[in-house]
Amino acid sequence: MTYSPEVRERLETDAKEIMDRYPRPRSALLPMLHLVQSVDGYISDAGQEFCAEMLGLSKAEVVGVATFYTMYKREPAGEYNVGVCTNTLCAIMGGDQIWDELSAHTGVGHDETTPDGKVTLERLECNAACDFAPVMMVNWEFFDNQTPESARQLVDDLRADKEVSPTRGPKRLCTFKEASRILAGFPDGQAGDGPSAAGPSLEGLKVAKANGWEAPKPGEQTEGTEGGDAS
Amino acid sequence: MTRLTPVLTRNWDRPDSFTIDGYGEYAAARKALGMDPDAVIQMVKDSGLRGRGGAGFPTGMKWGFIPQGDGKDHYLVVNADESEPGTCKDIPLMMANPHALVEGVIITAYAIRASHAFIYVRGEVLHVIRRLQAAVREAYEKGYLGADILGSGYNLELVVHSGAGAYICGEETALLDSLEGYRGQPRLKPPFPAVAGLYASPTVVNNVESIASVPSIVANGADWFAGMGTEKSKGFGIFSLSGHVTRPGQYEAPLGITLRELLDMAGGIRAGHELKFWTPGGSSTPIFTSEHLDVPLDFESVGAKGSMLGTRALQIFDETTCVVRAVMRWSEFYAHESCGKCTPCREGTYWFKLMLRRLEKGQGSEEDLAKIVDIADNILGRAFCALGDGATSPVYSSVKYFRDEYLKHFEIGGCPFDPAASTVWGAK
Repeated sequence: MTYSPEVRERLETDAKEIMDRYPRPRSALLPMLHLVQSVDGYISDAGQEFCAEMLGLSKAEVVGVATFYTMYKREPAGEYNVGVCTNTLCAIMGGDQIWDELSAHTGVGHDETTPDGKVTLERLECNAACDFAPVMMVNWEFFDNQTPESARQLVDDLRADKEVSPTRGPKRLCTFKEASRILAGFPDGQAGDGPSAAGPSLEGLKVAKANGWEAPKPGEQTEGTEGGDAS
Repeated sequence: MTRLTPVLTRNWDRPDSFTIDGYGEYAAARKALGMDPDAVIQMVKDSGLRGRGGAGFPTGMKWGFIPQGDGKDHYLVVNADESEPGTCKDIPLMMANPHALVEGVIITAYAIRASHAFIYVRGEVLHVIRRLQAAVREAYEKGYLGADILGSGYNLELVVHSGAGAYICGEETALLDSLEGYRGQPRLKPPFPAVAGLYASPTVVNNVESIASVPSIVANGADWFAGMGTEKSKGFGIFSLSGHVTRPGQYEAPLGITLRELLDMAGGIRAGHELKFWTPGGSSTPIFTSEHLDVPLDFESVGAKGSMLGTRALQIFDETTCVVRAVMRWSEFYAHESCGKCTPCREGTYWFKLMLRRLEKGQGSEEDLAKIVDIADNILGRAFCALGDGATSPVYSSVKYFRDEYLKHFEIGGCPFDPAASTVWGAK
């Protein structure tokens, strides 16, 4: 596979913009691989050759990097990458059951795609949202506090092209290719959508406000640590 | 009783907290740019701020290691690759309050005389990346980044760089290799990044929360910061409660607060259940039990009890949880994430995974416990980075506190726990 002249030209323009961000061009390799995924949906052979050519690397050097990182897909993936966190905390809070039921429901396993090309399932490691366990991610957007029922519904909706919204993110869920373009450093203008923080992220602040607790004002020392181990 | 001290989390309930309007003008950066860079370093040294990414190294001292007047480019790299199981503070911080980080970057880069800074953020958090990209763009538009910042003559470029899925890149030298466009594998230290970091140039690598704390120190003074916390663990930090807790979440408190105090604020262990075990600072820190409820959560006190404060990632498990299953899953994680460079870690984590899977099924004997401890002994301290060491923590500590539970598995030839009981819905 090679790129058509139009695609190639667009890729080159974007790649040069990425390379210009860095003091040394090779630093652009990871974002450029995200860029390849934004066009092909996975790390294609042509994409790896393109990166090698732009950066003056051998293809083997590019393949060596691309195969190290789990976000780079080795074969064409679904429109929606659906991840279930099965690291310890989420697994115990229900992630294991969600995974088992979702895998049975869709008939696909880890890193496999449904026959309609819509959904790729992935067992995820910790995605830094443990206070929202069990957590799922679709195209790297947060779907917090899931249950086996909500997970099945989510996947059914994605496969039926129904609108689905992340719990902390923009109203419209983007595709895997669109997500990859943001990762390459080309924003989609959706940063203002969704909450600043939600649910558990605000629990501590709520407790502090309910009790009238604040960090001490400058000059008002040890107020905040009264009775603690303060020096 | 210790009180919460919201500083970094203070504006999170504002709908526009992630914009400059919701954050405020960069008054601390303005103040810092009017100071001598060395005075900024001294101020952070005096504050007692220690790295919030887990290791607790004094932040100002790290900055002071950057050789000055060496004619080389200096770099600041923010480690935003938050991936340690249980750790979930930097991600909500960057989503809700990215400007605290960007302002901290400006102050820090100025102090160490860097004109190029990077935020290396894990790729799996799309909306956080959008918020960072937008905050950086806003800062450029306001003249807080770019050439001649606020008329000071100081220039700084800041790039948001997305990773691509590798826990190991949270290790600072692996992160630097990754940022240079290589496989993310740790380097042998020394030389430390302060001498030979990004592109073999002097580099400071700091955690998100460390850098985001800097503007408050510059604004309010070193004494203000040092007035919170304990004698050697000063200031505040975000404590992340997750698991079998009534109200899990982010609680910003002075270092030295206890789990008992935090649980009181969080409504306790979920109704009808009791605390069994917990991690003080992520899966790489040895587990604690209910006997450690009153240990002050500061670097020294947690260390004295045989664990580490780490990232204050308090993963709470009640009595429905099988500790062997928990350790098995963590072991699978470390085996998956070991980069393969050092043999003891690569092979040791692989054998942990295989053995723990077998032990969890009840297919083992007391000799196997000696064997997994022996494997741990052969990993600990024998690899370039701390990933392998981290893998030994759940193994050592679970055998220490829950030996009988392993033996129970062998006795009945299976797992004595019902996994359904520990789920969120199983409790209802």
